[in-house]
Amino acid sequence: MSDEAPKGWLARLGAGLKKSSAAITGGLTRIFTHKKVDAATIDELEELLITADLGPATAAKLADAIRARRFEGEADANIVAEALAGEITKILAPLARPLDFDGAVKPHVVLVVGVNGSGKTTTIGKLAAELKSRGKSVMVAAGDTFRAAAIEQLHVWAERAGAAFFSGESKDAAAIAFDALAAARAANVDVLLVDTAGRLHNKADLMAELEKIERVLKKADAAAPHATLLVLDATTGQNAHAQAQTFRDITHVTGLVVTKLDGSAKGGVVVALADRLGLPIHAIGVGEGIGDLRPFSAEDFARSLVGLPAR
Amino acid sequence: MFEGLGEKLGDVFSRLTRKGALREGDVDEALREVRVALLEADVALPVVKDFLASVREKAVGEAVIRSVTPGQMVIKIVNDALVELLGGVNLGLNLNAAPPAVIMMVGLQGSGKTTSAAKIARRLKERDKKRVMMASLDTQRPAAQEQLRILGEQTGVETLPVIAGQAATDIARRALASARVQGYDVLILDTAGRLAVDEEMMNEAANIHLLSNPVETLLVADAMTGQDAVNVARAFRDRVNVTGIVLTRVDGDARGGAALSMRAVAEVPVKLIGTGEKLEALEDFHPDRIASRILGMGDVVGLVEKAAEQVDREEAEKLARKMKKGEFDLDDMAEQLEKLSKMGGLAAMIDMLPGARGLQQKMKGVNLDDKMIARQIAIIRSMTKSERRNVKLLNGSRKRRIAQGAGMDVPDVNRLVKQFMEMSKMMKRAGKLGQSGLMRSMPGMMLGNMPPGGGRMPPGFGPR
Repeated sequence: MSDEAPKGWLARLGAGLKKSSAAITGGLTRIFTHKKVDAATIDELEELLITADLGPATAAKLADAIRARRFEGEADANIVAEALAGEITKILAPLARPLDFDGAVKPHVVLVVGVNGSGKTTTIGKLAAELKSRGKSVMVAAGDTFRAAAIEQLHVWAERAGAAFFSGESKDAAAIAFDALAAARAANVDVLLVDTAGRLHNKADLMAELEKIERVLKKADAAAPHATLLVLDATTGQNAHAQAQTFRDITHVTGLVVTKLDGSAKGGVVVALADRLGLPIHAIGVGEGIGDLRPFSAEDFARSLVGLPAR
Repeated sequence: MFEGLGEKLGDVFSRLTRKGALREGDVDEALREVRVALLEADVALPVVKDFLASVREKAVGEAVIRSVTPGQMVIKIVNDALVELLGGVNLGLNLNAAPPAVIMMVGLQGSGKTTSAAKIARRLKERDKKRVMMASLDTQRPAAQEQLRILGEQTGVETLPVIAGQAATDIARRALASARVQGYDVLILDTAGRLAVDEEMMNEAANIHLLSNPVETLLVADAMTGQDAVNVARAFRDRVNVTGIVLTRVDGDARGGAALSMRAVAEVPVKLIGTGEKLEALEDFHPDRIASRILGMGDVVGLVEKAAEQVDREEAEKLARKMKKGEFDLDDMAEQLEKLSKMGGLAAMIDMLPGARGLQQKMKGVNLDDKMIARQIAIIRSMTKSERRNVKLLNGSRKRRIAQGAGMDVPDVNRLVKQFMEMSKMMKRAGKLGQSGLMRSMPGMMLGNMPPGGGRMPPGFGPR
């Protein structure tokens, strides 16, 4: 994302994740300062990963990796924590990719999708501000024609970010996306961010509507949307798998933004998701402020999860 | 994977039900898999641990091991424990307060507070004929107050006029005064989404709670919530004295384990569930139904109860005596088949079985339906009394006559005979186990041998 990340964002991420990793860290020190590392220690460690939403399967896989490293007899919590962070980083590192904006394509169309309440509109607001700060011209399109006041909400964000705002009379989100692309071309903006209504992935009709938006955008520009971001709430548990899978299959999701990581939710499902689906993780949301969108760093995320300070 | 979850549990339980006698090890093995299933359903780990400990205690007890169908008893114990964990009886919203009765909505960002507020308001107005006012105290999210105003218009519920820039606590005071003066029965306070760890915002919620003295403080939580549900429930319980939970997005495909976690931690009932985007999509919460949903096991309790109704003990003993003497005949088989159709037929039974999804799909493949049972009964009824007593009488010409009488072909009759022979072989084997063994395997022959998730159909129900 931004070349110069705001100072102290790591500290803030750390603070946010610290709350989330308190259980894990507390657990680690409790386990490792009171007895030597043994089989039961790893079992407990596996449970701690489960409480971080990694899911039983991924937690077991990580615990096995640690078991294979034979830490029995070691008494230092940090060695095991480092090893665990290393394993998690290994899974996440290939997926930590900033959102790529090809300067040659104009407008670069980004479709933003996700279930209800995941934070799509807020993410678009932050993303618009971020892009503006990088000198890009941005237009946001109000494609959520369903939820009351969703358009007004995006409008406020557009004003805050200094982005152009597009909304239409139509209730048809696809029509709005199509017109927005024309408007973005006419205005010669670099990036067009298209908001969509939240929808549960198991609602076939609503998912078909999303497919239509994509199809209609392609009529105007065969390469559009150039990116489709799935916004995922870090509070979500194992259902994130079904969400990501379905959205990816139907709308060709190109990457994830994980929101609400400043809460007590562990966000561990991201590790499990990376393990299973391999979708790039572009950014994380760590607050309601306009500057609270951060690039995703695999190592920092992994280290924070197991209670280690960022390097 | 989520379809697989229910089936996996179905497999676990069917292995249990197929076993005549249960050892502690069998129960432990099954419970290990229940643990994984619960965790994958997002039930919080501490809650899972407590739950399994209590189930295990009941499941390895004497009563279960000695019961007619120990496997089904264990399933029933798991199911009952889930229902208990979720809270037995739904008492609904409590509005017993001097008007205006205040309902305060709290929860994380994006959990569905505003939509739920409007749904509750609509229901109180339409169904309970209450005069309801709503007020948005959400000064954080852009256009949140506007959203509630629009929802108010859509539902015909009054909303407190918005004064830009007013603080949440001040809006609460104004709402209270306004609702009191205008004689509203209920005032619903929608608050901003807040993280459990956000001290400042949690303080604000506590202040609003203090000054508005709500009769119901509803924690709104997304059914998709993971392990964090316990932290959220604890924090809100401690700060605003939550009285009930509203579980939203139950129409998604999440297994909703968060409901268990939150109910266990906050020690308050789940009162309402949001089942769709429309404003009428609000339902009372039924613990039993969601328990089944979490386990993906269908209405196991219903099945067990129905089976118990149909196979009463006396009849079972009569049949057992017959079996012991090797006297099980085609009349008895017809009786069993009739019982099966009385229970609502195969389709209804299969619906109620754990892991039924896979089975239903396989059933489509083999074209097996309730007509099968009816046909088999028809074949048996086309036999003479002596034929029904002694299957060995059936030669080629008798079979042709029977097939004609039942409107079927000779191979159909052959198949039925073969199934009967298998069934009676099993009966004899069971008969050798003695009375108690018999008691166990007899109902099992009707229910337990039907393998959820596919596999061989029990005798008598083979594919045509």
